[in-house]
Amino acid sequence: MATPIDLDQVLHTFIAEARELLEDMEAALLRVGDEADPRESINAIFRAAHTIKGSSGLFGLDAIVAFTHVAESVLDRVREGAVALDPALVALLLGCGDYIGRMIDAVERAEHQPDPHADPEGAALLQRLQVHLVDAGASASPDAPAPAPVEGGPARWHLSLRFGPDVLRNGMDPLSFIRYLATLGEIEQLVTLPDAVPGLDTLDPEACCLGFEIAFVTSIDKAAIENVFEFVIDDCALRIVPPGSQVARYIELIRSLPEGPARLGEILVRCGSITAHELEAALRVQAESVPPRRIGAILADQGNVAPQVVDAALARQKQFKEGRATESVRVDADKLDRLINLVGELIIATAGANLVARRTRNLELIERNSTLADLVEEVRDSALQLRMVKIGGTFARFKRVVHDVSRELGKDIELAVSGEDTELDKTVVEKIGDPLMHLVRNAMDHGIDSPARRAERGKPSTGTVTLNAFHDSGSIVIQVGDDGGGLDRERILAKAIERGLVEPGRAMSDAEVHALIFEPGFSTAEHITNLSGRGVGMDVVRRNIEALRGNVGIASEPGRGTTVTVRLPLTLAIINGFQVGVGKSVFVVPMDVVDECIEFCAEPGQDYADLRGQVLPFIRLRELFDVPGRPAARQNIVVVKHAGQKFGLVVDTLMGEAQTVIKPLSRMFAQVRGISGSSILGSGDVALIVDVPALVSHAQALRTLQSA
Amino acid sequence: MGMTSSLLRIDGELTIYRAAELAAALRTALAAVAEGGALDLDLSEVAEMDSAGVQLLLSARRSAVESGRALRLAARSAAVEEVLAILHLTALFGDTVAEAH
Repeated sequence: MATPIDLDQVLHTFIAEARELLEDMEAALLRVGDEADPRESINAIFRAAHTIKGSSGLFGLDAIVAFTHVAESVLDRVREGAVALDPALVALLLGCGDYIGRMIDAVERAEHQPDPHADPEGAALLQRLQVHLVDAGASASPDAPAPAPVEGGPARWHLSLRFGPDVLRNGMDPLSFIRYLATLGEIEQLVTLPDAVPGLDTLDPEACCLGFEIAFVTSIDKAAIENVFEFVIDDCALRIVPPGSQVARYIELIRSLPEGPARLGEILVRCGSITAHELEAALRVQAESVPPRRIGAILADQGNVAPQVVDAALARQKQFKEGRATESVRVDADKLDRLINLVGELIIATAGANLVARRTRNLELIERNSTLADLVEEVRDSALQLRMVKIGGTFARFKRVVHDVSRELGKDIELAVSGEDTELDKTVVEKIGDPLMHLVRNAMDHGIDSPARRAERGKPSTGTVTLNAFHDSGSIVIQVGDDGGGLDRERILAKAIERGLVEPGRAMSDAEVHALIFEPGFSTAEHITNLSGRGVGMDVVRRNIEALRGNVGIASEPGRGTTVTVRLPLTLAIINGFQVGVGKSVFVVPMDVVDECIEFCAEPGQDYADLRGQVLPFIRLRELFDVPGRPAARQNIVVVKHAGQKFGLVVDTLMGEAQTVIKPLSRMFAQVRGISGSSILGSGDVALIVDVPALVSHAQALRTLQSA
Repeated sequence: MGMTSSLLRIDGELTIYRAAELAAALRTALAAVAEGGALDLDLSEVAEMDSAGVQLLLSARRSAVESGRALRLAARSAAVEEVLAILHLTALFGDTVAEAH
């Protein structure tokens, strides 16, 4: 079916919503096996499929409609209890969800839709679905419903339509249904009912309150007429009065509709469905009969719906209202990025204004400026907060991965998730998905031991992969753990020697050995599976995470399991910085790693200081970055702490705390170590941002050299 | 006729995507019209109208009538004409357009 309206923008919404529905469907499929009463989940799965089919139909995406229709028919049988939703069917339906997802991807890329019957993958899925429909009889036809002509030529039907409030919000347009209806016959008369449309003061412009009375001449049958509205039927009261009906049918109709009888009667007369005389007679009868009844009772009475369905509908409505309380707005990511950029400029401009204000020594100006700076800081926090999303959405995706991969591997593995509410910047979330995916797969493939080995070690036969997230001093920490066999130190060492990564006979701590698995070209799996073990991956994981200014570490206990810890900055845009001067250059140290500042007091020629009896290794920024000029007479040490380790940065002057907007370094400086970005100061000068994690490893390397 | 009127021109889409924004614009425009006056809508540059747009016009018409003002479609694009024709609303809005001349 073709819809003549321009659908570009609506199509975009459709794609986004279809993907959300597929996610819902997947989540429901994954939990349905564990539920004592799976009915709600089964309904959710069915609803998702049904809605996708419905909206696809509106866009004329016949391939998706045809495919989803079959899946929906199977789900319908599941709902009836005729087919059991066993693990095999769950796996099949997950596959169908993926296939629909790919068809939707193709829609997004504006590609031609292949007929799923002709596509080998689609055909295979359809064939497997059909197995569950073989004894279904007439209740499930394999193809999308098509209008069927009725014998005896065209006849005059009366349709009464009341669209529900959510229709427009769901991306459907009543107008397009009427346009479609017009292609199947002749709309002889149509009355648009403005009765339920309130004035502008109370109108919710996105809630539909339209109703239509239609006299329709056609040769298709009732089921075919109903099919026109199939995709919106949950949200639309449709009543059909067949040709040649008694006036009593119209009276019934009048009684069931929300408008007053007189008004409706008049409309029906206008539609030519009944005559004025018939109406008058009928209304007289109506006035004498039945006391007012509740709409639900009337609907049920008419045999249109069972009372349970009315209850369900009411429950759903309530749910919808509750859902509205935490209403959210979809905002284009570009708009947010622009806002964050502007906030960045604002911070730089405020710093500049502050600088000038201080120079004027005008106390009032300085005070006003400081108030302004506080506000700007709040604006910054709220703006960044807008981009914060919970990591739970990312974690949820891994339920599916674990489900599929554990089947593939023949291991029984569970995913335990905690810290789902931990928030981090959307841009970080988007980039962390792939590295996490690899870590999870790796944990399942290499981490979790085989069932036999687990029994030997006295562990439960079900292995557990854990995902955890929490905030820690300006970073988000994500941990991927398993309760498997742990890393095999000897095997890693042997492989590393074989690959020439370490020299034989070198003494290495466990941590150093474990870190080897992040080296390029390293893999320890005894046999290569199709998941990991190809020797690419862990090094790529590390590179990706480091590109996000994060780092990754690994801890392992033989026989007990392995935990990979990923540490990432909360945001990539703005930090609280501590400015230090070296010669004429200004460097910024991220505030959240600064522990304290002390006066420089090392013996000449030594690269460590005494911090209350502890050895504090330090790095001279002047030497590291080759800053010209002689050190100041009185130098300072900024003590920084990262991932549990302390070390010092020797600088000339301490300049204090300042908002720092991170501007990425251009590609030209990609090879520069120890610098993570640049920033523009209030004075207009450029300051470089010190990459503390990189310096930590530098400091460690120095220490190893000294101790060697 | 001594009747004061003001003109509001709506360009581009008259659809669900702009419904909230246009409802606010119509509310403001209507409030600015004196009682007994009329608001003329110039829809000659409307490229697309959907059910939400129709509903908005019906709502604005109701507000106008209930507050003793008039809402007139002074000009309409082909897209608007087509939708009004399908929904048999040409007459409803057509009554008011005659007064505009």
